[in-house]
Parts: sequence; structure tokens; C-alpha cells
Amino acid sequence: MSLSTREAYGMALASLGSTEEFVVLDADLAKATQTLAFAQKFPHRFFDMGISEGDMIGTAAGIATTGEPVFASTFAMFAAGRAYEQIRNAVAYPRLNVKIAATHGGVLIGEDGASHQCIEDISLMRTIPGMTVLVPCDEHSTYLAVEAALKMDGPVYLRFGRCSSEPVYTKAAAKFEIGKGNVIRDGQDITIIAIGDLVFEALKAAEVLEKRNISTAVIDMASVKPIDSQLVRRYAEKTGKIITAEDHNVIGGLGSAVAEILAESGTAKLRRVGLQDEFGCSGKRAELQEKFKLNAEGILEAAAYFSC
Amino acid sequence: MCNDKELKKKAAEIRLLALKGIHAAASGHPGGSLSIAEILSVLYFDQMNVSVRNPEDENRDRLVLSKGHAAPAYYAALAIKGFFPKEDMCSLRQVGSHLQGHPSMRKTKGVDMSSGSLGQGLSVASGMAIAGKYHNKKYYVYCICGDGELQEGQIWEAAMSAAHYKLDNLILFVDHNHLQIDGELEAVMNVTPIGEKFRAFGWNVNEIDGHSTKEIREAVLDAKAVKEVPSVIICQTIKGKGVSFMENQAGWHGAAPDDGQYEQAEKELEKEALA
Repeated sequence: MSLSTREAYGMALASLGSTEEFVVLDADLAKATQTLAFAQKFPHRFFDMGISEGDMIGTAAGIATTGEPVFASTFAMFAAGRAYEQIRNAVAYPRLNVKIAATHGGVLIGEDGASHQCIEDISLMRTIPGMTVLVPCDEHSTYLAVEAALKMDGPVYLRFGRCSSEPVYTKAAAKFEIGKGNVIRDGQDITIIAIGDLVFEALKAAEVLEKRNISTAVIDMASVKPIDSQLVRRYAEKTGKIITAEDHNVIGGLGSAVAEILAESGTAKLRRVGLQDEFGCSGKRAELQEKFKLNAEGILEAAAYFSC
Repeated sequence: MCNDKELKKKAAEIRLLALKGIHAAASGHPGGSLSIAEILSVLYFDQMNVSVRNPEDENRDRLVLSKGHAAPAYYAALAIKGFFPKEDMCSLRQVGSHLQGHPSMRKTKGVDMSSGSLGQGLSVASGMAIAGKYHNKKYYVYCICGDGELQEGQIWEAAMSAAHYKLDNLILFVDHNHLQIDGELEAVMNVTPIGEKFRAFGWNVNEIDGHSTKEIREAVLDAKAVKEVPSVIICQTIKGKGVSFMENQAGWHGAAPDDGQYEQAEKELEKEALA
């Protein structure tokens, strides 16, 4: 186990803060979102807005109008959910340089239950014109995603998980580029396109499939928007079968983004692993992974559908 | 700096030009545009440090028109100030125009923030004020809200955070015209007493006649003199002010005058502008 992506986010902020100019806002969740490390290191650059997410996003927008980059953090539910319209109208429409860094995305946050398990955020953010949506899968790719978000001028939604994630990349091999998918392993028969915690599960599933002589490619699509549609089309043509995997409703998220590309190119069959349009519930992470089939087993079931 | 008579004249010009745009567009919001003409006059022609030649100056004062539907009056003030030609007002709300139905900072020169969705502007103005303090800038941030707009919860989140961060560089105007789309403010959803609410949130409060350029100017100077707390200037105004048949009529919130009505309004306002 390595760090959770939220912990990696907090460390990235604290580290980048030494060389880069930006401020950080939080809505009373600095310990949980991990912005605390930055707050302690640079207290005059950190603003706690209290439990008022709409005001936090508006304030972030106001600060950004002066040319100062801003990270605004809270749970995905309260960023993309509660403050959706503030993000849409005060940040995205005026194209302000605000990075909405949301932690605790998906049902795999565990015990808190459905009220805190945001499975709609990627969908909500993806549909806003000009919004970049990034979902890194582990510690090292998170650092690169935060750095890339800061380097670009414009609104970005970053989604992080709560629990420790299995490492996908070594520090040296970690790759991240906005608009590009990463082919982590190549294959000929099936392509699994995954984000977040499901990337590791996709790799596990690919190994099982390999043993069954099904050559499986795995793509980390951390840049959900802009999505690497060229890569999707290439693998659709190459393997003819695609599985998407995400800790998010299959409606509107990565599965939909890939489906949109495939529907236009008409080149591959598709199965979508994710929440099948249902709310999550309380439980341990491992139990929820099992219950909602957000694991290698779920991906293998999807592969079995192709009966190859 | 202008004298009081000139500021009154500017207010009348703002009304004339705003109405001209609304009439040309055959849509828009005259009531709430006409009620803030004096506020805009004092801001753009007396108090605000803005430069037509350098509209992006980082040291400039800023305005967030949180009640973005009053865009015609805002555009009129900017055009009279010289940010763009007055003739552009005839393109208001048309495809291809830089003058959107509600303000867009990416389209219109002189507009500091896009707005239109009620309740959000005060937070944005707070953010600008926080940034001003963070960057050690001396600028002031102004915000104009409607009184009905205060029904939005986010206003009170921002009222809380602006006081918490001691934003004495933030000055809010409340256009207290007592009318909203569905009728009288107090009948639709009573948000009064407004002054007491802001006082309870820790603000410096001034309650004035929002059509007196003299009182507006004095209230702004008072707000600038107060340290460590944000200021709100609650302006008693008349919705549709300056056009006899529009005054105090909720129906003129979002309706454009026809040719005959426009002609009459123009006559009344021209008289005011020449007075």
C-alpha cells in the first residue's frame, strides 16, 4: 500500500508551495482533504472558509480574477455537488484559474455512506464547457496531476480518493499529461480503460485474463476530460472490445465518455464497470468493493460477457 | 471627481442609455437598472479608480454587479466612462454583441466579473478583497446586490466570511427597492430588517437615500474610513426610478418598453439630464 491520492495531493501542495505561487482554500475539512500540511507550512496563503462551499468557490473565483491561482478543496460531494452552480457560473464561465481539488470521491470512501459517497461528480464536471477533469490513480501520478493542473491556466476539477491506493507507478515511471491516456500494459483482445482505484484492479484482472490466453491492454485514463479519444479509437480498432472501470455512476462518468467516442466511431463493443445507477452504502472499503463489483472480479465478469 | 450636479446628470445619462439598449433589444430589466443609476454614477464618475486606457490595471478598484440583470445600467456607465462606444448599447443582447444579457468579464471591456446568477457576487467580491490584502494592494472592491437577492443563503455565508477576514476594502451596496419579480419584497419573502442583519454579522452599516448622489458619496467615504470591518450601504431606492410609469411597478422588472413607452420615457429622462 502506498499513500492515498488525497494524502499525495496534500504533499504535492506543500511541496509545490515552496516554488510556485498559489493560495489554498478549504471548507473546514483541511485535515481530511490534507490541505493542512500546506496550511501549516504557509499559513498566510491558506484561507479556511468554514462550512460554506458555495462561498468558498465564489471567493476562490474572486481571488483568481487578480491572477492568483487558487486550489479550493472539500469533499467531492460538496464541491461538485453542493457548489455545482458556483463552479459553473463563477469559475468555468469566466474561465478563472481555480483548481477544484475534491477528495473522498466515490463509494470506496467506506463507512460514511451514501450521503458522502459522490458518484456523480465526474459527470457533473465533465459536462461544463472548458472544464478539465483529472482523476489520478496513485501517489505518484497524483503529484504529476496537481503539478499539471497548476501549470495550466484555467479551471480544473481534480478527484482524489480517501483510502490508500495500491501503487500503479514507480516514481520514475509515473507519467501524466493532460489529454493523454497511459497504456500501462499492451494487449490484443480486450482493452480495460480505468481511472482512480480501478486502474490497479484492471491490472489484476488483466493478469487473470492473460492466463486464460486473453491478451489484455490496460489504459489509465486519468485525464477524463479532455479525454484521449485518439487512443480510445486506436484500441477500439485494435481489440474490438472495451471495458471501462470507475468508482462512479456508469451514467455520465468515464464509461459514458468512452461510450460517446465509440458510438461515433462504431468500432468496438463496450461494457461499463462502475455503480450501476444506484447509491452506495456504509461498509468497509473491501466490502464495498466486493458488493459493487468495483474490483478485478467485476472487470472479469464484464470480460466474460464478451465470451472470448 | 465630479460635483453633485454633474453626478446627477451622469445618472440621468445612464438611465437614458440603459433604456435605449433595452428598447433596442426588446428585452432586458429596466426596473432594477434604473434604481442603481446614482450608485453607478458616484462609483464611476467620482469614487472608483479605473482607467479606460488600462482596464486590467492590477491596482484598480473593482465592481461586482451581483444583481447582474441590471447589466444595461452597468454597460451604460462603462460606455459613458469611455470603455466602449455608446452606440454599442444598440447591440445589447444580440448575437455577436459583446454586451450579453448578463455581464461577462471575458466579453466586455471594463467588466471585472461575470455575474447574473443571484447570490454569488458578494463571495467573489470578498475573494477580490482577500486578494487585495494578500497582495498588499490599496484597491477597493465594490459589490451591488438587490434586496431580493439577500434571500439567497450564500449572501450570508459571504457576509460571515467578509467580516471574519476583516475586509475593510469591501463595500457592498444593497439596492433596496422593495420589489422583486413576484411582488413586494416583504410579501414574497421578508428579508428585512437588512441593516440589523448585517450589524449582527459584524458589518459597518449605513442606510441612505439611494438616489442622493451626495448621500452615496458620503457613505462611501465613511466606509473607506472604517477599519477592520466590511461596509454595507443600504440604499432606499425606487424600482424604475426616473420613468413615471415604471416607478414602483414590479411588472417592469424584466419587460422592455414598446416604441410609444420608450418615447415617453426618453422625454422624461432627457428633461432630467438637461436639468
